[in-house]
Amino acid sequence: METVIEMRNISKIFPRVVANDKINLSVRQGEIHALLGENGAGKSTLMNILYGLYQPSAGEIYVKGQKVSITNPNVAIALGIGMVHQHFMLIPTLTVAENIVLGSEPRRYGFLDMRKAVAMVEEISQRYGLKVDPQAKVESISVGMQQRVEILKALYRGTEILILDEPTAVLTPQEILELFDIMHNLNTEGKSIIFITHKLKEIMAIADRITIIRRGKVIDTVTTASTSPRELAAKMVGREVSFKVNKQEYSPGETVLQLENVQALNSRKLPALKGISLEVRRGEILGIAGVDGNGQSELVDVVAGLRKATAGHIKLLRKDITNASPRKVIAASISHIPEDRHLRGLVLDFTIEENMVLETYYQAEFANGIILNNKQIQMHAKRLIQEFDVRPPDQKTLARSLSGGNQQKVIIAREVDRDPNLLIAAQPTRGLDVGAIEFVHRRLVEQRDKGKAVLLVSLDLDEIMDLSDRIAVIYEGNIVGIVAAEDADEAMLGFMMAGAAGN
Amino acid sequence: MLPILATLLGNTLLYATPLIFAALGGVFSERSGVVNIGLEGMMTIGAFAAAVTALGTGNPWLGVVAGMLSGGLLALLHAVAAVTFRADQVVSGVAINFMANGFSMFMLYKLYGGGQTPHIATKLAKWAIPGLAKIPYLGDALFNNYPTVYLAFFTAFLTWVVLYKTTFGLRLRSVGEHPLAADTMGINVYFIRYTCVIISGCLAGIGGAAVSIGIIAEFTEVTIVGQGFIALAAMIFGKWTPWGALGACMFFGAANALDAIGQTIGLTKYANPAFFSMLPYLLTIVALAGFIGRANAPAADGKPYEKGR
Amino acid sequence: MGKQKIWAKDLLEVAGVPAIAIILGLVVGAVAMLWMGYNPVIGYQSLLRGIFGDAYSFGETIRSMTPLIFTGLAVAFAFRTGLFNIGVEGQFVLGMLAGALVGAAWPQLPWLLHVGLALGAGALAGALWAAVPGLLKGRFGVHEVITTIMLNYVSLILANYLIRNFFRVQEQEATANIAPSADLSIALLKQASGGARIHWGTVVALGLVVLVAFILYKTTLGFEFRAVGFNPHAAQYGGINVTKSLILSMLISGSIAGVGGAVEILGVFGRMAVSPILPGVGFDGIAVALIGNNNPFGVLFGSFLFGALKTGAIQMQYVTQVPYAIIRVVIAAIVFFVAIKELVRRILRLKRREV
Repeated sequence: METVIEMRNISKIFPRVVANDKINLSVRQGEIHALLGENGAGKSTLMNILYGLYQPSAGEIYVKGQKVSITNPNVAIALGIGMVHQHFMLIPTLTVAENIVLGSEPRRYGFLDMRKAVAMVEEISQRYGLKVDPQAKVESISVGMQQRVEILKALYRGTEILILDEPTAVLTPQEILELFDIMHNLNTEGKSIIFITHKLKEIMAIADRITIIRRGKVIDTVTTASTSPRELAAKMVGREVSFKVNKQEYSPGETVLQLENVQALNSRKLPALKGISLEVRRGEILGIAGVDGNGQSELVDVVAGLRKATAGHIKLLRKDITNASPRKVIAASISHIPEDRHLRGLVLDFTIEENMVLETYYQAEFANGIILNNKQIQMHAKRLIQEFDVRPPDQKTLARSLSGGNQQKVIIAREVDRDPNLLIAAQPTRGLDVGAIEFVHRRLVEQRDKGKAVLLVSLDLDEIMDLSDRIAVIYEGNIVGIVAAEDADEAMLGFMMAGAAGN
Repeated sequence: MLPILATLLGNTLLYATPLIFAALGGVFSERSGVVNIGLEGMMTIGAFAAAVTALGTGNPWLGVVAGMLSGGLLALLHAVAAVTFRADQVVSGVAINFMANGFSMFMLYKLYGGGQTPHIATKLAKWAIPGLAKIPYLGDALFNNYPTVYLAFFTAFLTWVVLYKTTFGLRLRSVGEHPLAADTMGINVYFIRYTCVIISGCLAGIGGAAVSIGIIAEFTEVTIVGQGFIALAAMIFGKWTPWGALGACMFFGAANALDAIGQTIGLTKYANPAFFSMLPYLLTIVALAGFIGRANAPAADGKPYEKGR
Repeated sequence: MGKQKIWAKDLLEVAGVPAIAIILGLVVGAVAMLWMGYNPVIGYQSLLRGIFGDAYSFGETIRSMTPLIFTGLAVAFAFRTGLFNIGVEGQFVLGMLAGALVGAAWPQLPWLLHVGLALGAGALAGALWAAVPGLLKGRFGVHEVITTIMLNYVSLILANYLIRNFFRVQEQEATANIAPSADLSIALLKQASGGARIHWGTVVALGLVVLVAFILYKTTLGFEFRAVGFNPHAAQYGGINVTKSLILSMLISGSIAGVGGAVEILGVFGRMAVSPILPGVGFDGIAVALIGNNNPFGVLFGSFLFGALKTGAIQMQYVTQVPYAIIRVVIAAIVFFVAIKELVRRILRLKRREV
């Protein structure tokens, strides 16, 4: 088989980090080549170089044997390279057809020819079996269709080599299978696919060959037939990893959090929670599984007082806290590790010590009346920095300049130290490397073992299955079923995540 | 009653014209994602350059061209700050307004030794459109007017065509909504934004010229006082669309006309002229609080774009 | 080893950008002078003499920096809460009107009480005027930049309308003169400096600088304002009432501007006249806050700089015929260079590499 892409000794150095270090990658025609690595390993950087969004600091790229210099996406497109980004690059207010032709639009007498654009989109969507509605606005179509639009964008430009960056993160297990069908179709048409992921199971199911990247370096390139998930995991992380977290035996106590028929709207004022009922008890982790955008964020927000419930009741230890202000919720001893630590969890331009008292700065411990007690605030931070091993151990450091893992440590320290009745953890390991993930997991289980109630929301099904005692599956704002973790398997949860009722 | 309405209509068009140019400029700039509160300054410099050129050459049309070019040149500064150096676009706009005011005053003293130009004898003349101008009442108001008035309406039409019927328009709208997405499609975000900001300056400059050599035939420190901000308001009121902006400018122009001729038609008995002067500003605030939401503004408006390097 | 270097780097970061911007701004002014056939060296010399030359000049410099302290503080304070209060201009205007009206009423009151009342009226007027954008921002998320811009012109039209229709004295287009019991000027210093309009308002302004710094950095209120300013989502998550903070910050900002307006009437003008244009000190306040990095003490520096330039320019025009407006070009250029701090940082980095 012909080699279509050859990247030789590619390095990319950012001001503070070496993202790619002499990487070699070759992709053959008609293969599905997986790029495997942890968050931050350098996969996306490498692909952004191939697509012309970044310029390499060193190294060479060959396409079909020709040395090329890909200075911008136009060059990549002309070379037959297309990319579907992890976060879709679609313009919500434009139509599907407008999005697809954007940048190489058909013209008539010098004017934009939308009629022809629609016809062309219909033609290729039929050829590859990618069903879309060319006239629909992108903001009104489903996530699955948005992904098809992204693939069509590449095909419209005559893509021969398609890069898919973490394409499955937003899909249900069933939609993932559909995507795999599409990928096979493209393969039989002679197209090559580079598939970026950190999910071992998907790789084993679809890839022909796998290149593993760790900390900016290529560790190995192997064929799928000759490897195993265990071997891949070890190569990805750099040591043997145990996926199991040690927990004490499950012995739930009294009910801490109780939701009864809770309803709420999302930011676009559409119903996001349509009657959620569940409870979390002392000494248990209740995991919420589901595909992104099915109401998880709204559920967390409603409990934390950050979003109004339009109906139903939320009770903490039998006390009604429905629509209490965030301050009251905090005072009622609910801690919350938010899903987006940059958006909510931290004031990035505050120091560590200021962030450590973000919720408690006004309390007698840290303020006399309205005057802040800086000495006390400093001592508090010093203690937590030591306890949770935050680096650098300097309470005057701005949160902005900490690594992701240390930022998350600051948040967890702050939330756990308040000794809450209920701990909400929303996607607590997103974007972290394996070491930090293990730290977070240990802390969550520790809280459970100490008899706290923990509500865990995660898009990572493995994380949910590893940590939870019970698993509630959310779909389109409803809990479709709650199952004991030991009875759950992935196929069953997958069906529930797609809306099929459990049990 | 009819002659009064005709006068009112004629005056409305007259006052709306400078606003229309500047507001359309605002549409270009903001639809591409660059907030432009420097419209006021670009109008100021346009009005100044037009007045000086018309005085110097005796040709008002050269004045219009000078207004356009000077507005575009000042806009280039805004583009350099906002696009290349990713400055806070509001701050840059404030600096642009300072700059226009300071520079034109400085030059006024230098050139004419005082705070105002002499009277401009060769200001723009009215054009009567043959036939149509003869229609009773309406004809005189609509079709015996300054050429800048006709040009303003034509520019609105042109803006609509460019925005919605050309590839450049599709690209500029995509850049204003999601520049990163446009970039991945090989669209040069910087080029689009530079072009749009410069177009906005050119249009605002023509708008300024329409005041100094179209309406009042001189330039002083108070020639442009707030028209640029009213144009900005009109653009918002018109939800960032060319026809909407045009409509809002006509409405604000009518408020201005009522203010101007209120005395003659006895309107001052019912309402103080100050009320009409405040109207555009107050209505914009009410509109922003009521029916115009953030959903109407281009999603990336005011956000600098940094290309990965 | 690192401590001292970090300290130096921070200083460069904070002071480097304004310093370079000021130098570049003055260069722009010099080029403009050269282009128009003036000698910039002589121009700037007479500018300096106009600032420091004698007691009168220096007194006038202090006089013209005083309103800028108020407006600069007002802009900076709102900015720390993430609000861009372009409406300081309008809040200042209404503060002027309120100060003029209260200052002219009740001439029999004791000085301190009358002054206090008049300044309070200015603060109230400024706060009320700022409440509109504050409420709209807090309750409906309406962007304050647009609303405050719009309200600036409304304030001018409104003030003129009120003076013409309700508060004019005989045939003059102005309010009555303030009573001696509300006069802020310091007669002794005025005489000693040969007539420079020095007044107690400067002391009020200096007091406010310290007070604002204290509120921002030493109180729970300031913690809330700064948290909201840096990241409203995190502030809300932390239990801070963001709506309340935004509105309160706008009220405080407006009241600072309003006091500034009242001070200007009670200390300098003695009455408020109808004006075709806005006074401009509110816009200058934006420049002051920017050059001062939105820090209260930085504002003090910025107001001195711009106050000095404005005072010196009068002397410069008188002596060398360089038009006064040149200084507006210089100020505009300085603001512009602060705005493109990215460029200035690059210049700084280049220099450091050479060293």
